[in-house]
Amino acid sequence: MSHVTYLKLEGKTFGFWMLLAVLAGVVAVGLGAALYMEHNGHWVTGMNNQIVWGTPHVFAVFLIVAASGALNVASIASVFGRQLYKPLSRLSGLLAVALLVGGLMVLVLDLGRPDRLTVAMTYYNFKSIFAWNIILYIGFIVVVAVYLWMMFERRFNEYSKPAGLAAFLWRLILTTGTGSIFGFLVAREAYSSALLAPMFIILSFAYGLAIFILVLMSAVAWSGRTLGDVTLNRLKNLLGVFVASVLYFVVVYHLTNLYMTGKHDVERFILLDGGVYTRMFWIGQILIGGVLPLVLLFSPLSRSRGMIVLAALLVVLGGLAQMYVTIIGGQAFPMPLFPDKIVSSSFADGVVAQYAPSLPEVLLGVGGIAIALLLTAYAIRVLPFLPQSLADADVDPHHGQG
Amino acid sequence: MKTVFLKAVLALALLASPAAFAAGGKKPERVPLPTIQVNKDRGEQCVEPTDVMRRNHMQFILHQRDETMHRGIRTVKHSLKNCINCHADPKTHSVLGKDGFCESCHRYASVSIDCFSCHSAEREARSAEPAAATGPRALKAAAKGTKP
Amino acid sequence: MNINRRQFLALGGAAAAATLAPGLRLIELAQARSPEEAAAAAHRWGLLIDANKCADGCTACVDACFTENGVTGHGRPATDAQWIRKVTLKDKQTGQVQSLPLMCQHCEHPPCVDVCPTGASFKRIDGIVLVDKHICIGCRYCMMACPYKARSFIHEDTTGQKAHAPRGKGTVESCTLCVHKVDRGDGTTACAEACRQAGHQAILFGDLKDPASEISKRLATQPSQQLRADLKLNTGIRYQGL
Repeated sequence: MSHVTYLKLEGKTFGFWMLLAVLAGVVAVGLGAALYMEHNGHWVTGMNNQIVWGTPHVFAVFLIVAASGALNVASIASVFGRQLYKPLSRLSGLLAVALLVGGLMVLVLDLGRPDRLTVAMTYYNFKSIFAWNIILYIGFIVVVAVYLWMMFERRFNEYSKPAGLAAFLWRLILTTGTGSIFGFLVAREAYSSALLAPMFIILSFAYGLAIFILVLMSAVAWSGRTLGDVTLNRLKNLLGVFVASVLYFVVVYHLTNLYMTGKHDVERFILLDGGVYTRMFWIGQILIGGVLPLVLLFSPLSRSRGMIVLAALLVVLGGLAQMYVTIIGGQAFPMPLFPDKIVSSSFADGVVAQYAPSLPEVLLGVGGIAIALLLTAYAIRVLPFLPQSLADADVDPHHGQG
Repeated sequence: MKTVFLKAVLALALLASPAAFAAGGKKPERVPLPTIQVNKDRGEQCVEPTDVMRRNHMQFILHQRDETMHRGIRTVKHSLKNCINCHADPKTHSVLGKDGFCESCHRYASVSIDCFSCHSAEREARSAEPAAATGPRALKAAAKGTKP
Repeated sequence: MNINRRQFLALGGAAAAATLAPGLRLIELAQARSPEEAAAAAHRWGLLIDANKCADGCTACVDACFTENGVTGHGRPATDAQWIRKVTLKDKQTGQVQSLPLMCQHCEHPPCVDVCPTGASFKRIDGIVLVDKHICIGCRYCMMACPYKARSFIHEDTTGQKAHAPRGKGTVESCTLCVHKVDRGDGTTACAEACRQAGHQAILFGDLKDPASEISKRLATQPSQQLRADLKLNTGIRYQGL
């Protein structure tokens, strides 16, 4: 096994500081938006008593799911012994923590009472999957921090394997918990399914790797390092496999629902006449997030690095669309309180709930992405997360078990 | 060496800066001292001795809220409503406001009060309760089952 | 003393009335809990709503609830809280129309209580489901979980609250079954009382665990339903005439 040299980013160029400044600016705007929403109350947002989780949650859940998926690369190296991925492990761990912090920031700042965060950390209802998620998220940061430490400190390197296994198992439980937030809800037709937990795991594989590829390619290109085709091709093929797996889960989910007459209404809503939700599903989730990336990644088009970047970006966009359909579309569909009746009331019973994303919500969500990227960019300057070179000659050509 | 000297000078300047305010011999009067108008027009004294209340009123409120909320125990003695009914300013009928019983002290001590984002800070209408129905004498009598 | 039979009977009647009257009053008072007493598992409070008696277009229950609990609107129907609402149903096959009030169903197995991360959403021992707004962090997960969409989130600063019904920005709330009235021994809720005064008597409040209560007697002798009974939540609010 060839020895990998890691180097801090020099980070003295004007471009680097501009990047940090821009990201910091976006974060500041996001925080300002959160302050505006908290001070005035949520009536200034698009969220209401029918759609209680909106755009901030779309971004937050996306980031949290992507965070656990970003750790995948490190897990493949530590847990499954693929030496090719080993130089990428440190960045993978860093990105996982950064994305999680971004997602949590958005989630906490959108709470009705964010000042009661200490209450959330001290009063626990252990029957609530949400409460378990709080423990899992905080624990994830600790576990990955320890894992990174094992990788950084030469004398602890032998412990990086058990630490990596612990992190891998923890993130599986975490993502199961995130999917179960929706899967455990009996009330809503679009949720209440055991499939959501494993589906979120497979979503995390795709989103996390897409963001990892984007960050890796940017960091390598802008710091003058080399990223060889061997590594990149492995990553791009893996992303293609994950995107295909996501499509499989989506097909199974909808096919099963279509088999139940009781679920035909909600399926018709998502697939056919749900307006924006139907468009988001077919164009956003399936086409942009699934079919197009598959074409780009598995056809000869993938020889171009630009196409790989485009594919990863499309996966991210498709992921956001998928979260929008799941979270907001799932709430918009009316609850079946009186199955054989046409229902009307002053509280939007029996009708599709109205929702339009408001600017403060979007700014907060984007602020979450920005803080994740800001933390990553700054961290790779402070500590040696990036390998010096990922050129084909430097990367071990024997890559472990084949 | 030069940078160390510079840093030392800056540090000393920072530490000494409050003295610039005291140089005039006057304390900075940014926060007004609390005006403690107890509004004792309901009874003779509070349900607890003053020094006990001063130190522990937050514990009473905290304990009472859980008892009332979760167990349905609505003991009048430590109920927030009872405190407000007694201590509300006779003019504004509230415990908030510049001279409000709760707010003037809390503002001085810079301890934010969370209660009144949800709880009404205003005294209930007098006609809803006969006078002295919640003072210490009435509570003692109620416990014994006799009339006050 | 010489009294005739008529006088004796009159005296006896008066004496009996004088003996019994305070006793009847005492029974009422005995049902009113003293403030120091905790809520008891011996009771389970609930409502029986007869949809046949509910009048289309009447909102007496809604108005009474909003007045009693200080639920004020801000002219923003999407975000204004609604603890209770009138729902109009039209049968898809037959076209028959009816209306009924819908509020928190005070389930025995409330999904909102299961999902609350801090335990702010809880069920009191006598069956009333409440939000402890002291520990509510405003995450709205309970609103996602409620099968009846019974909960509302307070989207703006709130003033002018009733002393017995605290409510504030950033927390979630729902029908409390007039818990302040229940604890005081009023024996009814604002909505039930308003419906009675409006002459419809469609809402009946009572103790589901007391076989002698009117609600228990009616439930034992007439058919009734729960909403979304397939979820097996054993709601405290039962409906007739659906």
